[in-house]
Amino acid sequence: MNTLIEIHDLSKVYERGKERLEVLHHIDLEIAEGDFMALMGPSGSGKTTLLNLIGGLDSPSGGSITIAGQRIDEMSGGELARWRAANVGFVFQFYNLMPTLSAQKNVELPLLLTRLSASQRKRNAAVALKLVGLDDRATHKPNELSGGQQQRVAIARAIVSDPTLLVCDEPTGDLDRASAEEVLTLLQRLNREHGKTIIIVTHDPKAADHATYTLHLDKGTLAEQSAAVA
Amino acid sequence: MKYLHLIWAALFRSKTRTILTLLSVVAAFLLFGMLDSVRVAFASGGDVAGANRMVVTSRFSIIQPLPYSLNARIQAVPGVKQVAFANWFGGIYQDPKNFFPNFAIGPGFFELYPEYRIPAEQLEKYQDTRTGAIVGAALAERFGWTVGDKIPLQATIFPNETSGNAWTFDLAGIFRVTDSKRRGEENQMMFHWEYFDEANAFGSGNVGWYIVKLADGADANEVAQTIDGISANSDHETKTQTEQAFNQAFLEQFADVGLIVSAIMAAVFFTLLLLTGNTMAQAVRERIPELAVLKTIGFSNRAVLGLVLVESILLVLIGGLIGLALAAVLMPGVSASSNGLINLPTVPAQTWAMGIVLILAIGLVVGMLPALRAMRLNIVDALAGR
Repeated sequence: MNTLIEIHDLSKVYERGKERLEVLHHIDLEIAEGDFMALMGPSGSGKTTLLNLIGGLDSPSGGSITIAGQRIDEMSGGELARWRAANVGFVFQFYNLMPTLSAQKNVELPLLLTRLSASQRKRNAAVALKLVGLDDRATHKPNELSGGQQQRVAIARAIVSDPTLLVCDEPTGDLDRASAEEVLTLLQRLNREHGKTIIIVTHDPKAADHATYTLHLDKGTLAEQSAAVA
Repeated sequence: MKYLHLIWAALFRSKTRTILTLLSVVAAFLLFGMLDSVRVAFASGGDVAGANRMVVTSRFSIIQPLPYSLNARIQAVPGVKQVAFANWFGGIYQDPKNFFPNFAIGPGFFELYPEYRIPAEQLEKYQDTRTGAIVGAALAERFGWTVGDKIPLQATIFPNETSGNAWTFDLAGIFRVTDSKRRGEENQMMFHWEYFDEANAFGSGNVGWYIVKLADGADANEVAQTIDGISANSDHETKTQTEQAFNQAFLEQFADVGLIVSAIMAAVFFTLLLLTGNTMAQAVRERIPELAVLKTIGFSNRAVLGLVLVESILLVLIGGLIGLALAAVLMPGVSASSNGLINLPTVPAQTWAMGIVLILAIGLVVGMLPALRAMRLNIVDALAGR
């Protein structure tokens, strides 16, 4: 398979006053298109930092990140925003939906940045909601949905603009086992049936089992790689 | 427009807070609409062009009397159709709190004010009674007066030669104003200048102001200049102006309307800035994670700045327009209760324009700091709750 993500000699250092904290040390990594990769490791190991860098939410202190041939580490803030809108879908632990908008309107949000008409946006959002099995909850506000349903709405929002890459930070961290299973199965389906490249950060080995392979980070360094049983 | 639902949802995220803030904005702009309308009304009487009734006063002060001898000379000015005159009396009925305008008027006064409707027999009775008086219907109703009643007034400026401060008038007639918006003018009382001139202890032969009716087609500016030319370089130089300008000058004896309006509005808008600014700052602070999500999914810094600014402007715009519209509805009532000093059918266009400029300026000012904060938001820190 083609390589989608190429990371070379990637470092990230945070400086808070006089304190200098090197979170990632010279990471080299390649992720193929269509991979479903889990990123595990203890708290503070740099998992979320690596995910944020891959998703274009943060800039590296050193090294390069090339995604689908584009050097995102060299992009300006505005270019990164446009790149994220077109290429990446994000799923967070706490769903991060807009509480005042319905599920439908939440899913439509990324489409506001496109040239689609209102009716096309509505249609696409409806398709995404159907894909996650929530087409009957389109008019519900987040507080009228369960945690699992809210996370599925968040996944619908992440895929509605048809990005190549989905980055998920502890997507099941706030869910009960049954809901977590539903969400993970959905992600697996998006990977297998729709070809999405997915990276999830998780503490949960059961969640990692849904990925095709798992990378372990420890103290900012890639420790080992293991194949999943799924 | 496609972002409107997003802005609207953010605006009413905390309904109670937004509605309370909106009410403050409504109150501020209601006050602005009414006060500024009054200011505009008082500031817009200077141009005599187009007027068909003008007032001649002393150039130096409207409390400075003019000689009665000017009456005939003004009447002789080409373009003048008719002249009447009046003199402020300032009498008090029973108690100073019962204030109403009362003044002595010369012959022909009511012919210059055809909008004051008096039954013919009452007008005739007034003309035949030396101590006769005419009052407006609202004033008669206020004190329960009927034709034939004796009305005692206490002089505050002009004592009576024979009875000291006590003046007594015989109510001969009651007038009504045809235009319902000018009902406030029914709170006046008029009586004969001849009686006043003969009986007042301060000397005779003076009037307070002349009222001039122009002939059809007369050039108001030219007539005004000619009238003022009669007394040029004398000790009683005149100033001929519209009734509106006269009313403005009259009121400014008591207060500078423009200054008062400006001072009140400055205080009101300063408070509004703090209040609305606090609301917007709080609204953005509460939405940091949501704004971070918008940036995560691709909204640019500028787009987020724009969203918050438009939200702020929309908040002030809704409240401001409601306030101004309410002022427009209430202005006829204010006109009616101004004793004829203000004649405003509604909020003037100048006030609307100024109001909209203020709405945009306040919206921008109160939204700028929260919008900049939202724009500079670091996604990673905001999502991590830092």
